[in-house]
Amino acid sequence: MIRFFNVTKSYARTGTAVQDITLHVGKGEFVFLTGASGAGKTTLLRMVYLEERPTAGEVRVSGTSSLDATPGDVARLRRKLGIVFQDFRLLENRTAEQNVAFALEVTGAAKATIGPKVARVLTQVGLASKGTAYPRELSGGEQQRVAIARALVNDPFVLIADEPTGNLDDRATRGIFQLLREINAAGTAVMMATHNLELIRRQEFRTIEMNRGAIVFDSANQPRMAREP
Amino acid sequence: MRSLRDALVTFRRAPLLSALSVTTIAFSLFAFGLFGLVALNIREALDRLEDRVEVRAFVAEGTPIETIAVATADIATFPEVLSARTVTQGEALARARRELGEFRDVFEGAVLPASIDVRLKPGFRSPATVRSVAARVNTYAFVDDIRYGEEWIQKLYRLRNIAGIAGLVLGLAFASVSMIIIGATIRMAVLARAREISIMRLVGATDSYIRRPFLLEGFAKGVMGGLLALLLTWLARLLIDRYIIETVFFDQRLAALGLLFGAMIGLVGSAVSVGRHLRSV
Ligand SMILES: Nc1ncnc2c1ncn2[C@@H]1O[C@H](COP(=O)(O)OP(=O)(O)OP(=O)(O)O)[C@@H](O)[C@H]1O
Ligand SMILES: [Mg+2]
Repeated sequence: MIRFFNVTKSYARTGTAVQDITLHVGKGEFVFLTGASGAGKTTLLRMVYLEERPTAGEVRVSGTSSLDATPGDVARLRRKLGIVFQDFRLLENRTAEQNVAFALEVTGAAKATIGPKVARVLTQVGLASKGTAYPRELSGGEQQRVAIARALVNDPFVLIADEPTGNLDDRATRGIFQLLREINAAGTAVMMATHNLELIRRQEFRTIEMNRGAIVFDSANQPRMAREP
Repeated sequence: MRSLRDALVTFRRAPLLSALSVTTIAFSLFAFGLFGLVALNIREALDRLEDRVEVRAFVAEGTPIETIAVATADIATFPEVLSARTVTQGEALARARRELGEFRDVFEGAVLPASIDVRLKPGFRSPATVRSVAARVNTYAFVDDIRYGEEWIQKLYRLRNIAGIAGLVLGLAFASVSMIIIGATIRMAVLARAREISIMRLVGATDSYIRRPFLLEGFAKGVMGGLLALLLTWLARLLIDRYIIETVFFDQRLAALGLLFGAMIGLVGSAVSVGRHLRSV
């Protein structure tokens, strides 16, 4: 589903961000991505949705290859991915509903199908009653739920979350994480970068740790016990 | 629907630049239009004039009429020649009297030279052709002098060419300026919507979808500029008609062509700019 083959990403100004990573994330998996700041988590995730292309190696996501994907291919791929960030990235001049509908409108969805789909995902993220609120009228946790609803509305096979709880307090963090678990339980794979080790420790999900652009630990390859101190 | 609404949004966001884009497009087309009109009218005048284009070869006194007749028949076979006619001394005098009306007394007792009057076929009336035919007629030894509307026509031709070139140069200059202004407008619009555009990309909107409203906007501005230019040209022509000379105006096909050209300026200006600036968002 998501495969990295000896992927390296270097920037002219900052050097190597991701170094020789080979990785497979399967259908319906839940993967934590962790590591110090600057380890390359965001860069890795950006290559999953082909915002960046590898300097060397190949990324293959659901049949689309980083080697030959056209802009059209990338657009089509992104309709099958959901992406959320620490800073939510909502449009301030649109309501929650309109923000979610936006993802359908700009991909040419039939008008009649938009309303029901938006209602369904807003219910799924627990915001059925706040559809007409603007982002400034919502809490951080609620805004992130809107962003997640927008990511889900196209029925993605994977949800990519780059520090989705980075701006949230513990309570909201637990709420968002619970939501991601439910989404995963319903069959959507989740790749989540986070600094929140507490969250990771309490879960039995696959954990990948990065350091200086390389994967230094992957719980899929070695038991948790073998991890260096 | 969305595109149209979005296209109009930038008019509200940058009304001055938008108005400026429309105006420069209009000026560009106005320059084409005005000088085009001048060229068109000169052409029209030339067409009328060319109907009368004649090469008149005056025959030396004492040339036998048979010689002239043979030469006339000969000239009539030139591929450019519509007709060639011998005008005897008597006929020449009669014609002069007729044309001069009340001054006919002037010709009392005068002797006018006989001539061969040559008319050219349509399509063979350009100064170059006239000159070459005249030169060939001039090779007959008995031809004393040869006259044709050379200077006149050449001047008009030159005037037409100058009008055409001036229109083209001015029009292109304005077209370039309008493209630059459109580019700046688009740049502002793209930057103002950078956030929205990046989210569109994130959720999988295609480039063409993202571009569409900007292109539509350029197109709309081009059409508006075209309409404005038509109006300006029409007004200018109205003034010229009233105060200078009666003129002909563009037919519908040429007017539509002008509009289309305006739309193209708007569209191309937008496309170039949007292509460049979307990459940096
Ligand atoms: N667009 C870019 N241009 C140049 N260098 C970049 C770019 N993006 C990332 N980098 C570099 O790549 C390295 C990894 O950055 P990245 O954002 O992937 O780290 P991260 O693990 O997500 O960090 P954090 O936990 O702080 O979000 C950094 O050293 C950074 O300077
Ligand atoms: Mg990061």
